[in-house]
Amino acid sequence: MSEAALHKPWRSLRRQREAAEFGLWVFLASEVMFFACALTGYAVNRVLWPEAFAAAARETNVLYGTINTGILLTSSLTMAVAAESARAGLRRLTLVCLGVTIAFGLAFLMVKGLEYAEDIEKHLVPGPGFRLDQPAAQIFFAFYWLLTAVHALHMTIGLCLVGTLLAQAWRGSRPLSSPAFEAAGLYWHFVDLVWIFLYPLLYLAGRS
Amino acid sequence: MTGLGEDVPLTAGAIWRRTLPVWAALILLLGATLGLAYVPLGRFATATALGIAVVKGGLVMLFFMQLRKPDPLLRLAASTALFFVAFLLILTFADVLTRSAPSQPGTVMPRSQPELPATGQRGF
Amino acid sequence: MSGLTAERAIPDRPGRAENYLTAETGLASWLLTTDHKRIGLLYMAAITVFFFLGGAAAFLLRLELFTPEGDLLSADSYNRAFTFHGVVMVWFFLIPSIPNILGNFMLPLMIGAKDLAFPRLNLISWYIFVAAGLIAVYTLVSGGVDTGWTFYTPLTTAFSNGNVLAAAAAVFVAGFSTIATAVNFIATVHLLRAPGLTWFRLPLFVWAIYATSIVMVLATPVLAMVLLLISAERAFGIPIFDPLRGGDPILFQHLFWFYSHPAVYIMILPSFGVISEVVTCYARRRVFGYSFMVYALLWIALVGFLVWGHHMFVSGQSLFANLVFSFLSFVVAVPSAIKVFNWTATLYRGQIVFDAPMIYALGFIGLFTIGGLTGLFLASVPVDIHVTDTYFVVAHFHYIMVGGAVSALYGGLSYWWPKITGRMYPEAWARFAAVMMFFGFGFTFFPMFIMGFLGMPRRYHVYPQEFQVWHVLASGGALILAVAYLLPMGYLAWSLIWGRRAIANPWGATGLEWQTSSPPPTENFDTPPVVVQGPYNYHPEHEGPPAMDREPHSPQGGQPV
Ligand SMILES: [Cu+2]
Repeated sequence: MSEAALHKPWRSLRRQREAAEFGLWVFLASEVMFFACALTGYAVNRVLWPEAFAAAARETNVLYGTINTGILLTSSLTMAVAAESARAGLRRLTLVCLGVTIAFGLAFLMVKGLEYAEDIEKHLVPGPGFRLDQPAAQIFFAFYWLLTAVHALHMTIGLCLVGTLLAQAWRGSRPLSSPAFEAAGLYWHFVDLVWIFLYPLLYLAGRS
Repeated sequence: MTGLGEDVPLTAGAIWRRTLPVWAALILLLGATLGLAYVPLGRFATATALGIAVVKGGLVMLFFMQLRKPDPLLRLAASTALFFVAFLLILTFADVLTRSAPSQPGTVMPRSQPELPATGQRGF
Repeated sequence: MSGLTAERAIPDRPGRAENYLTAETGLASWLLTTDHKRIGLLYMAAITVFFFLGGAAAFLLRLELFTPEGDLLSADSYNRAFTFHGVVMVWFFLIPSIPNILGNFMLPLMIGAKDLAFPRLNLISWYIFVAAGLIAVYTLVSGGVDTGWTFYTPLTTAFSNGNVLAAAAAVFVAGFSTIATAVNFIATVHLLRAPGLTWFRLPLFVWAIYATSIVMVLATPVLAMVLLLISAERAFGIPIFDPLRGGDPILFQHLFWFYSHPAVYIMILPSFGVISEVVTCYARRRVFGYSFMVYALLWIALVGFLVWGHHMFVSGQSLFANLVFSFLSFVVAVPSAIKVFNWTATLYRGQIVFDAPMIYALGFIGLFTIGGLTGLFLASVPVDIHVTDTYFVVAHFHYIMVGGAVSALYGGLSYWWPKITGRMYPEAWARFAAVMMFFGFGFTFFPMFIMGFLGMPRRYHVYPQEFQVWHVLASGGALILAVAYLLPMGYLAWSLIWGRRAIANPWGATGLEWQTSSPPPTENFDTPPVVVQGPYNYHPEHEGPPAMDREPHSPQGGQPV
C-alpha cells in the first residue's frame, strides 16, 4: 500500500507526507495574508467609523451566524477524525467521517444562503435604498459581503476536495496512507479558522 | 510507516477520545463568546471577542491541525504569516492613527450615494 | 576563444544517448510533462512572448517621446501603452523570469534532487500563468487600461474607462501561478536537499530563490485581495475606498504597496543569486563572506516588507509614518550594500575571465549600485518630494529592474545555456551583446535621471521643448538596447543547431548542477549525488589562487564513493 502512495521525486513516504503537510502550511500562510489584507481594511475602517460599524454589525443575523459557527466547528471535528482514521487505516470510519464533513459543509452553505436571502430582503446590500443612514455602515456591509463570499468560495473548494477524496477512497483508487487526507484536513480546518475570526468581527460587534 | 515521532492512535475509540474534548471546548467557547457579546464590556468587548477567537483558533491549530507534533518545520510555516500580518497592521495603523485631519477620510463628509454612478463611468 | 572554454569544450562530440530533451518527443510530451527542466523551458517560451509584447509597448512609448508633440499616440492611447508595458513587464516578465526559468530548471539540479517537490503543481502553475497571460492580452485587445500598473483608486474604481476588471483578473490569476511556484520551491529546498547539503552549504542561487519564494508566498495574496477589493468596488459599486462615501483611498495604497515593494525584491533577489554564481565562477574565487551573503538575502526578504510607505510620501500619509518608512528604507539598503561590497571583494585577487556571463554580472553590479543609491535619494523625504512622479523615479526603478534583473537574466541564461541545451553559445557575439546592452541601457536611462531632476514628470506624452534632447538620447539608447536584447535571442537560437556540443562542466564550476551530463538526463543524476563541502571551492580556503596556474577547484559533491 505504501508503494502506491509514493511519487517521484520522493524516496520515502515519510518525507512525502511531511512535504504535503509542509507545502499546505506554506500555502495556508499565503491564505492568511490574503484574508489579512481584507481584515486590515476592515480594521482601519472600523477604527475610523466605530459607531457606524457597531450599528451595521447589529443588523447581521446573529442566530444564523452562531449556528454556522457551530456547524463549522463540528465539521472540523469530523474532518480531523477522518484524517486520523485514514492514517490509522480505518477505512469505514474514514468514509463515514468524510461524508459527514461534506454534509456539514453543505449545511453551512445552505444556512449562509438563507442568511443572504434575508440580508437582501432587509436591504443590507450597499447601494441605493440601503437600510441604514450612516454612510460608513455601507462600508461594513461591503466587507461583510466580500469576506463571507470569499469564505463561502473557500468552503466550496474544500467541499470539492473532500468530495473527490471520498470518491477516491470509496473506489479504492487512493490508498488511505496517502498524505492527501491530512492535507485536505488542514485546508478544511483553515477555512474553519477564518470563520472563527469572522464570527466575532461580523456578528458580535456592537451587540452590548 | 509511523508518523513524525508521533504515536498514531490505531483504534476508532482512541481517535474519538482525543478529538471530542477539543470539540466540546470549542462549543463551550462559542457559547461564551456569544454570551459575552451581550454583556456591556465597553472598550473591552472587541478584545474579549477576539481573545476567545484566538483561543478557539489555537485549539483548532494545535489539536485538529496537528501542530502538537514535534515538527519544527510545520510550526515555523504556521507561525511565519502571523509576523507579517502584524507588520501589515502595525505600519498601516502607524499612518492611520497619526494622520493630519485634512487627509483623514471624513473631511469630505461622506454621502450615502455618489451623485454620479460609481461603476467606472464617472469621468466620461 | 575564451580562456575557460578553450580546452574544455570538445567540438562536435556526440551527446549522451539519452537526455531530458530526447527522452520523449512529440507535443504532448511537452505539454503534459512534469519534468521541472521541460517546464522551465515552457516558461521560457511563454515569458519570451510577454517580453516581446511589453517591449513593443515600450518601443511605442519611446517613439512617441522622440518629439515634444503628441504625434504618434493620443494622450489616451499613450496611457494605455504605458499601462500595458507596466503590467506585462512586471507580472508576466520580471516576476516570473529568473525564478520560473532558471529557478525551475536549476534548483533541483543544484540541490541534487530528482525534481521539484510537487511536479504536477509545477505544470499546473505554468498553465495558470498562460491563462493569466491570455487574459492580459485580452485586456489589450479589448481596448486596454489607462490606470498605470499601480491601479490607484479612485481612478480605477470610479473614473477609468478602460477594461480594469480584465487587467485585475489577469494579475489576480497570475498570482496563483506565482504562489504555486513559490510553495513548490520552499518545500523543495526544505525537504529534497541531497545528503550532506546542509543549509550553509547551499549555493547562493538556491538561497536567493528560497528568499524570493518566501516573499512571493507572503506578499502576492495581499495584492490578490486588494485587486479583489477594487474589482468589487468597480463592478458592484460597493463602497470600500471611495472617499465620497467614507472610504480611504490611501488605505488602497498601503495594501497595494505592501505587495508591490516586496515585489521589487521578488524581481531582484533571484538576480543576486545569479550574480553570486557567475562572479565566483569567472573570478575563480570563493565568495567573500558567504554567511553574510545569506543573511543579507534573508534580511532583505524580511525588512523589504517594512518599507512600503516610501511610495506614499506625497499621498497624504502622516508625517510620522513618512519618517518611519524613510528610516526603514535606509535600513533595507544596508544588506544590498553588503552584497555589492562582497561581490567586489570576491573579485579581489581573482583570475577574472571576461566571458559574456561575467560581463553581464559586472554590468549588473555597476547598474544595480546606481539604482540602489538613487533609491536612497528617494527614501529621504525632502528629495523624494522634489522628484516624485518624475523621470527620476522611472530611471531609478529601471536601473534596478532592467539594468539589474534583465542583465542578470541574460547573464544567467548564458552561464547555464550549455547545461540547459547541451550547446555552447558563440562567445564573441555574446560578449558583444553584453557590452552593447550595458551602453544601450546607459543611453536610455541615464538621461532620465537628469530630466527627472529638472522636473520632467512621468506619464505624459507631450512635454516642453527643453526636455527634447534628453528624450532623444533616451529613445536612441532604447534602439541600441532593443538590438542588444534581440541579438542573444538570435545567437542562442542559432547555437541550438550549430553550436558546439558542451561537456558536463564547460566552465569548471563547482556546483552540483555541473556534475551531471549536459543536457541532464530525465532523472537529473544517474545516481543520487552526495555533498561533501560548501559551494565555490575554486581554491583552497584561506588562500588566494596561485598567480598563473588554473586553480585546483573541486566540486561541491558528486557520485557517492
Ligand atoms: Cu519601494
